[in-house]
Amino acid sequence: MELRRKDLLGMADLTAQEIGLILDTAASLKEISQRPIKKVPTLRGRTVVTLFYEPSTRTRMSFEIAAKRLSADTVNLTVAASSAVKGETLADTAANLQAMQPDVLIIRHQASGAPHYLARRLRCGVVNAGDGLHEHPTQALLDLLTIREAKGRLDGLKVAIVGDILHSRVARSNILGLTTMGSRVVVAGPATMLPPGLTALGAEVTHSLEEAVRDADAIMMLRLQLERMGQNFLSTLREYSTHFGLAPRHLGLAREDVIVMHPGPLNRGVEISPEVADGPYSVILEQVTNGVAVRMAVLLLLIGER
Amino acid sequence: MHLLITGGLVVDPAQNLEAPRDLLIVDGRIAAVELPGAIPSEGREVLDAAGLVVVPGLIDMHVHLREPGEEYKETVETGTRAAVRGGFTGVASMPNTKPVNDTAAVTRFILDQARAAGLARVHPVGAISVGSRGEALCEYAELKAAGCAAVSDDGRPVMDALLMRRALEYARTFELLVISHAEDLHLRADGVMHEGPVSTRLGLRGIPAAAEEVMVFRDVTLAALTGARLHIAHVSTAGSVEIIRRAKARGAPVTCETAPHYFTLTDEAVCGQTPDAALNPAYDTNAKVNPPLRTAADVAAVQEGLRDGAIDAIACDHAPHGLLEKDVEFAAAAMGLIGLETSLGLSLKLVHEGILTLGQLIARMSTHPARILGVPGGALTVGAPADLTLIDLEREWTVAVNAFASRSRNCPFEGWQLTGKAVAALVGGRLVHQELDV
Repeated sequence: MELRRKDLLGMADLTAQEIGLILDTAASLKEISQRPIKKVPTLRGRTVVTLFYEPSTRTRMSFEIAAKRLSADTVNLTVAASSAVKGETLADTAANLQAMQPDVLIIRHQASGAPHYLARRLRCGVVNAGDGLHEHPTQALLDLLTIREAKGRLDGLKVAIVGDILHSRVARSNILGLTTMGSRVVVAGPATMLPPGLTALGAEVTHSLEEAVRDADAIMMLRLQLERMGQNFLSTLREYSTHFGLAPRHLGLAREDVIVMHPGPLNRGVEISPEVADGPYSVILEQVTNGVAVRMAVLLLLIGER
Repeated sequence: MHLLITGGLVVDPAQNLEAPRDLLIVDGRIAAVELPGAIPSEGREVLDAAGLVVVPGLIDMHVHLREPGEEYKETVETGTRAAVRGGFTGVASMPNTKPVNDTAAVTRFILDQARAAGLARVHPVGAISVGSRGEALCEYAELKAAGCAAVSDDGRPVMDALLMRRALEYARTFELLVISHAEDLHLRADGVMHEGPVSTRLGLRGIPAAAEEVMVFRDVTLAALTGARLHIAHVSTAGSVEIIRRAKARGAPVTCETAPHYFTLTDEAVCGQTPDAALNPAYDTNAKVNPPLRTAADVAAVQEGLRDGAIDAIACDHAPHGLLEKDVEFAAAAMGLIGLETSLGLSLKLVHEGILTLGQLIARMSTHPARILGVPGGALTVGAPADLTLIDLEREWTVAVNAFASRSRNCPFEGWQLTGKAVAALVGGRLVHQELDV
């Protein structure tokens, strides 16, 4: 049982069967994290390198924990964007890492397509941990796992994705992954944050939070980058949270068993009210738990059988 | 020195001529254009052009030769060698060199290098503003006297509308053409490709068509206000074509050009050309160009503009960059692609597909650019400089960037099969390129 691919670069080129395989594998691996000794020897002797050009704590840590629970050796390299400007090129950094014979390189980079650029040059597997505004496939996979656990299926659901779609790789990967699995995706946000062509990606588009969450099975709130205010993508946080912040009153519009999701970190009181974030519909911490399981599955499926 | 070119089909839009003719060249000028066999060949060197088309030397009015300053990308010598190989006997070189061509000294240096190379004629374009910084006007009279054919802040558009007005008025004083790189830098923001469904899919920041169109509209309006001759560079959108078409209909003194990539490629080219490009995009930096490759509707509108005359000229915006600028992640890559050695082959597709007649194409690649720039060439009339291009319309060839004369390799057409090629070029009666016997 393995993925017949060297790299995991995006949800765009994953089939429904491949997504199903990753989710099934992740579900079966969750139990390891419940054990007193949270470790299996499957990837013993394998080397997993994380190369992060953007600050990240949870994604990098989630990958590292996933690798360690499978007994892989992990090395983390964080490159400050400022030093990358003056320092060596991405190609040189990658070539140097390649020379140290890793099995998988996990990369996060501010440039869309950077993982694709590396994947063409490197013999080792490349996992995209977020590239620019493009994709964040393991986030989408953990979101799919979380929804599937709550609903028992992925087809025929309505999922609302709300907020800054323009700058969100989480939104892109989820639109692609959810529609591949047969869900209906409605995105909502101010027009300044809705890029053209979302319908071509498979999403329905609205400017109304209420319309998006009506009869939704899952609501995914996106983190608002606060610097967008200075760039005039929105007027004030006050107006944004009034129109696009998820509050308890919205949940009555959704299905009774709706789940509320957020990729973190939260801006409490901006895109999501504390009552909702901590309330009974929230699965935000399950997402984090599933993140480890999904990343274990991806590592296992990419390099477990080599 | 007498040279007789026999047996060719002469296509000269300047005299509305498309017929078999022999051409006699004496001392670098066209001495006679006569019916086949009418000019005695005794004692004369003869160039057999049977089966070929003989046209006034092609002129590309928008190239970057990179010298002075970025000689690792291109020099006047390598750039003009690429030009003559592509059939171009004249090129207009943009001023964004290092230093910027904003003084007569830089202009004279470029012309000296061109003379030393002895290949295509080079018509330097001076800067609109000192250092192309958009602050102070350059000395247009002096630039013109030194040999500049036009002024432009290509690559660094003039954002200040008042400065653009003054530039147009001041250029008019000295009968100098102003070439506008029409782009609103605020609207472009940090965009790296056309804004649309493809940029959304790829997660790349978009450059809307409006970033070009609002400036095209501004500049044609200023041309109408000032009466100065304005030329819009590298038109890429349907909206720009329409704005220019209407401005011309109202009598504004406006001309424009487009480039082969704008009537050949769409923004999908950023994904690369592999069969699974849409799912596994290549982020091909050779398809990163400014203005960006647009949509299929824009491609169709640009073709229609070339057909109906809204677009006057084809110029390839030859923009050499090295691996330093191109073998990097897409967002970090420089904009621009090289075109001198593929421009004619790609443009001939318009003829093969019935969009343009051969005469219309040669008008847009020779006669019109010569007239717009006010430089010699573009016609095969008696007394004109003997700048000629000989084209084999049937020659099939494959684009191979590693065989290019250009010093750079940033071409998105690698491996393309093209039909039609310049097999010889003469500048002032001198054979500067020939591949007649392949």
